This record gives sequence, C-alpha cells and structure tokens, in this order.
Amino acid sequence: MNGDTATFPMGGVHPPECKELTNNLSIETMPNPSEVRLVLKQHAGAPCEPLVKKKDKVVEGDLVGSVERKLGANLHASISGTVKGVVNAFHPIVGKAPAIAISADPQAEGKSYQPVDWRAFSKEELLAKIKDAGVVGMGGAGFPAGVKLTLRPDVKVDTLVLNGAECEPYLNADNRCMIEYPRDIIEGAKIIMTILGINYCGIGVEDNKPDAIQALRKAIEEDTSKNGFKIVVKPLKVKYPQGSADQIMQSVTGRVRPSGVRSSAIGIIVHNVGTTKAIYDAVVLGKPSYERVVTVSGKGIKRPANLMVKVGTSVAEIADYLGGTTPDLAKVVIGGPMMGFAVSTLDIPVTKTTSGVLFLTKDEIDTQPYGPCIRCGFCLEACPMGLEPNNVSIYVEAGRGADTAQFGIDDCFECGSCAFVCPSKRPLVQFIRLAKMKIKESKGK
Amino acid sequence: MRETQGTAAEATMKPGLASLFVSVSPHVKNTETVGKIMWTVVACLIPPLILSVFIFGFQTLIITLFSVGSCVATEAISEKLLHRPITIKDGSAVITGLLLAYVIPPGVPYWMPILGGVMAIFVTKQLMGGLGFNVFNPALIGRAFLLATYPVAMTSAWLPPIHHAAIFEYMGKGVDAVSTATPLYLLKHYGIGAVIEKFGSMSTIYGNFFVGWRPGCIGETSALLLLLGGLFLIYKKYITWHIPVSMIVTIAVLTWIFGGEKFFTGNPLLAVLSGGVMLGAFFMATDYVTSPSQKNAKLIFGAGVGALTVLIRLKGGYPEGVCYAILLMNTMVIPLDSWFRPKRFSEGAAK
Repeated sequence: MNGDTATFPMGGVHPPECKELTNNLSIETMPNPSEVRLVLKQHAGAPCEPLVKKKDKVVEGDLVGSVERKLGANLHASISGTVKGVVNAFHPIVGKAPAIAISADPQAEGKSYQPVDWRAFSKEELLAKIKDAGVVGMGGAGFPAGVKLTLRPDVKVDTLVLNGAECEPYLNADNRCMIEYPRDIIEGAKIIMTILGINYCGIGVEDNKPDAIQALRKAIEEDTSKNGFKIVVKPLKVKYPQGSADQIMQSVTGRVRPSGVRSSAIGIIVHNVGTTKAIYDAVVLGKPSYERVVTVSGKGIKRPANLMVKVGTSVAEIADYLGGTTPDLAKVVIGGPMMGFAVSTLDIPVTKTTSGVLFLTKDEIDTQPYGPCIRCGFCLEACPMGLEPNNVSIYVEAGRGADTAQFGIDDCFECGSCAFVCPSKRPLVQFIRLAKMKIKESKGK
Repeated sequence: MRETQGTAAEATMKPGLASLFVSVSPHVKNTETVGKIMWTVVACLIPPLILSVFIFGFQTLIITLFSVGSCVATEAISEKLLHRPITIKDGSAVITGLLLAYVIPPGVPYWMPILGGVMAIFVTKQLMGGLGFNVFNPALIGRAFLLATYPVAMTSAWLPPIHHAAIFEYMGKGVDAVSTATPLYLLKHYGIGAVIEKFGSMSTIYGNFFVGWRPGCIGETSALLLLLGGLFLIYKKYITWHIPVSMIVTIAVLTWIFGGEKFFTGNPLLAVLSGGVMLGAFFMATDYVTSPSQKNAKLIFGAGVGALTVLIRLKGGYPEGVCYAILLMNTMVIPLDSWFRPKRFSEGAAK
C-alpha cells in the first residue's frame, strides 16, 4: 500500500503470516449440519438460561437462551429442528460446557430476512435490537455488544474504532467480510455512531489486506447517505498484536489507554469489523447472531476455506465438509495460532467467537522442549505492554508467582509475543497465567 | 499428546490421525533457538582464532582445542553427575572454551586451559545451577583462577608476533627464551615512549594493533576481526549496541582524561586497541546470562566495565583490567535490572 501507514510503537512481533492459504477464497456457506450444540456461555459474563426443553421444536432464529439481569447475551437456534436437551459439549477453554443440542430437521427451509431502513429507529430501539439479537464481540473476547454500547451518562466518547487488523496469522474471516460486505460494515458503523451520538469512525486494517482496504474505501465513496458521518480507512503496517484493543486504538488514533480503565475513558469505543457486520444484520435485517465466518486453514485440512458456519456446528462436520484432514495433521487450534486454543478432539462446536479453526501439520507448529531462561531480553523487546515476561517466568519457577504483580501482569492480555521470540521456547504466556492465578489466590487469603 | 476422544471425530478422521498435540498458546514460535544463537557466536569467534595461528603460531590452536575440549567434557560430566539433561549441543560450553583460550597468553603449557575449563564450567556454571543461573562469566572466572594460581605463566607467557607465517616457530620451545612484553605492560611501567620504541611509530602501531599484530592473549589482539564479529551479532539482533558502545566510549574518554602525564593527554585509541577491550566489549560483557536485559541498565553496565577497566589499568596492580572489571560488574546485573524497568505501555498515556 502507498501512503503513510501507522502502527503501534512498543514491542510486537512478525510471525509468518500464512494468509495465502485462504485470503483469495470467497466466503462459502456451509450447508446446515445434522446437529448443532449451542454452548450456553458464548460470551463474556454469565451463561444463558435455556428457554427450551427436550423435544421442543425450534425454528432457525428462535430465542433458546437468555441472561437475566447479568452480563450476557441472548442465544438463538441456528438451525430448525428438535431440541435434544442440554448436553455437555467439549469446549476449547473450559474443557466441557453445557450446551443446547438441536438435531436438524432436514425438510426445514432456510430463513430469509428483509432489510428495513434503520434510520426510522430511535437510539433505544437500535440498542434493543442489538441486545435482542445476542451480538457479542466476534474478535475473540465475546463481550456483549449491546452492553458495550450502553455508556454511563458521564462517559463521553468521540471516536469509533473498527478493528479490521486481523493480525493473527492464517485468519481471513474479517478480511473476507471487509471484501465481501463492505457496505454492511459501513452501515453498521453508522448505526453504532448513531447510538453513541458521534460522527467519526476510523477503520484500522493491516496493509497486507489491500483488497479489503480498497473495498471499504469504495463503499465509503459510494455511500449516498453520509449524513455528516466521517469514516476513514487507516492502513496499518503489519505487526502482531495490532488487533488487540490497546494497540488498534493507538495505531488508529494515537491515544493510549491508561492501565485499569476502559477504552471509553479515552473517548473510544472499539468494535471488530465482524461484530459490526453482525450489528448491521441485527438492526437492518432483524437477524439474530447465529452464524459467522470461520477461516478453516492449515496444511492439515484437505481444502482450506472461509466458511459461513452456523453457530454450534462441530469442527468434525466442518472437516468432513472440507474433504477431511491430511494424514500428517498434528494439532488442531480453535482461533489463531498465537492466541488460539489447541484441542484434543474435533468434537467441538463453533461458537460466536470462533474466528478460525486451524488444522496444523507438524512442520507448522512448535514442538521443541523448553529450557532455562538465558536472560537474553528478547521478550522485553517483544512485549507490546512493556512487561517483563522473563522475570515472571523465573518467579513462577521459583514458587513466587504471587510476587509478580510488580511486573504489571494485570496488563498482560496473553498475546504470546514473548513466547514467540523466546529462544529457549519457554511457555511464557502459561507462566503468566499461573502467576495471575497465584496473585488471585494470595489476595483471597 | 493425548488420545483424541469423541465419536464424530473418529468417524470423520481418516487413518493417520491417532493423536493430536495439545499445548498452550502460542502454537507458532520463531526460528531462533539458544543453540542457533550460541553457534552463531562460535562462528563469529573462529576468524580471530585462525588469525592467532598466524600471529602466535600453531600452539594457539592446540591451547584452544584443549580449552574447548575441557569445557565440553566438563559440561557433559558435571551434568551427568548432577542428573541434568546433557546440553553440550547448545554450543554454550564451546563458547566458554573459546573465550577462555582467547584470554590466556599464547605461550602457556597445554594443561593450563584444561584446568581453567573445569573451573569455568563445573564451579562457575554448573554448580550455580547451569546455563542461565551463573552469576559470573565462566570463561573469565577460569582466567581469574589461572591468574591467581599460576601468576608467573599467566603474566609472562607472551610471545612476539611471528614473521613469514612460521607457525611452528614456538612449538616445543621454552617460553622464557622468547617471552616479550605486552603494550599495556610497557605503557604502565615505562610509558608511551617505550611502546613506540618497541612497536614503531604511532601510525604503525594503530595499523598493526587494529589488524592484530601485537603481543597479547590468544584471541584478543585483532580489533578488526572482533569488531566484524560483533557487528554481525548486532546485525543479527543477537546482541545490542548498548554494552559495547558504552564500554568502549567510557574507556576511551576516561583514558583520554586520566591516562596521560597531565589531564586530557591520554591516548584513547591505543587504550581501545590494546588488551582485551574489543573481545570483552563484544563477546564477554554482552553474555546474556551475566549482563543486564534492560537497555538503560546495559548502558550503565557497559560504562561500569569501562570505568573499572581504566581504574585497574591506571591505578591497579595489573596492566589490564577488562577481566576483573567485567567480573565485578557481573555482581551488579540483578540490581541494575531491577533499578531500570522497561517503560510500560500505559506510561505513554497522556496525563
């Protein structure tokens, strides 16, 4: 890309991008699976209460779970069929989690939605539609979008940052969304700005996605109803972890979030571009959030793809649909290779936050044993938050994990840059997770 | 590795998938390893060794081989005895062996580096906990030990550079017959006049010393090759410029101020080109384990090594001070790293 490209100044790494496996593949809609399992906790906050019981008939888009009075998001049937009950599904993070299982009715037809003019709605109505549709942050954290957009009256924001960095290697879900649904994303941005009462939006896209940048710019140019909204696409120099909230805010606006406050404290609300598309769907189409784009990639899958998948579809069915796995498959990761979770089974349902499923062969992954810290300091250079992963790991190994608060590990969002550069291959992120647990334990005493 | 579980998975898996790796994130790592870094340092240390054969003769190679052999063997045996994984393949013991040989005079008996190697690896490194846990630079403790126990050999086995590539000239000869004095010894005890008398005009001295043609320890004489090796390590981002630059600049400035008969009359260039400054600055003071990790701490560390070097050279009992200067500053690594913390992300926030 020509022109000035910004990035965040502190730390960061350049893992092999591996985007070429799927970056030119259009989003392909996967046929409905035979069964979905809708994990009750797809989001940050409390799990949903199931609203259906065994043998209930449900139609695609029906509300099947909700959270009352706590942080959470609604859950909808992603296919039409019969509820099999609440089962235990494998979950990449917590191991097993309760989920509503629905077996598909093969005769059911797909539901279609008609667009309406969202400008007819009041702010409250817009917000209600987003909440009703169960939209959560699709970049990974799964924070309920409706809650994020409900600001306390004393909080003033002036900028919406749309996160199209997609800095994780392999993943192209956001990239393809930007290329194929640029108008939806721009409309979604205007809906969010209307709710927030602001008129400026910066979209941060790493410059390894020239098609996405071009598509968004074209959509902005051709937009006939700007109504005073100013939307700017900012190409960013490729650097991991640019897609993290703090880094994307700094790259796009130059503002830095102080430790321990929300991004709204520096006048910014950040949304992932995929979430913005889901907000558009929720408001304009009235369509609940029950499907998403998942990049299925890696050398271990026969046919890599960007799939539009119903939430709750099992990874095994996805692999089947794409021709199966290759014999040298060594690791399956839900999410990206830097922050994703390795799983021991393919019997895992996709959730609203599953941006990728990677089938990695042995030559794509790290299997080296780790050694002692040689104090090279590479991790200090790599850490985007200015922390000291080396010292945390040494403290944890010495049994002093509770004494590591001095290294600021509350700021660590576990991007893995430190472990990526460590020449001793130390699992530094895991050491930091252990340290966080030890600090929590010691506070509890 | 865990067995895959679940029915759908097995049903869909074609033969060949029996188990999946499961580990914590990140799942990709870059290609740098401790071994790769260490062997690169070894490669950067080889040119000065080859040159030393043509400066001091073939016995430098034998001394170095005994030193490296001793270090590697000691590492293997002590790790075996201490029930640790054998790590001789990572190259760190080879570096220690090379560096130990490089900081002893070229005319010492062959058993001496063997003894130094045991001291360096077993006592200084393995007994402290192995790679990553030693406080002091192993090679320099090896040298300090030899200097304390065999002071005569360690301070007199200097050889004048050979001529016409007569690399076997000193083989089998008694050292006493050919021993000479180092530039720093002459400078300390007889002044700059004696140095010029022995090594020629200042421009000849600068040229010869830069290339390596001067009496000194085996691997320390060629500023040129050590500089090239050091720059390569900086280019590879294996070391940073902070310690070498702050150390060399400090030595030059303090020598200029205090090194002459009057203030500001010392010879900074000669100070940097003599003794072990270049070897120490690029290959010893930058040892990861025994130097600070923070950039500002590195600057202070390098300046401390430089200042102590000049202090020992000018006021101490020895003509050269790089070895003890680094060892003394090694003790300051942990305090320095805790005084200088990296700048946190949120510190960049507008107040």
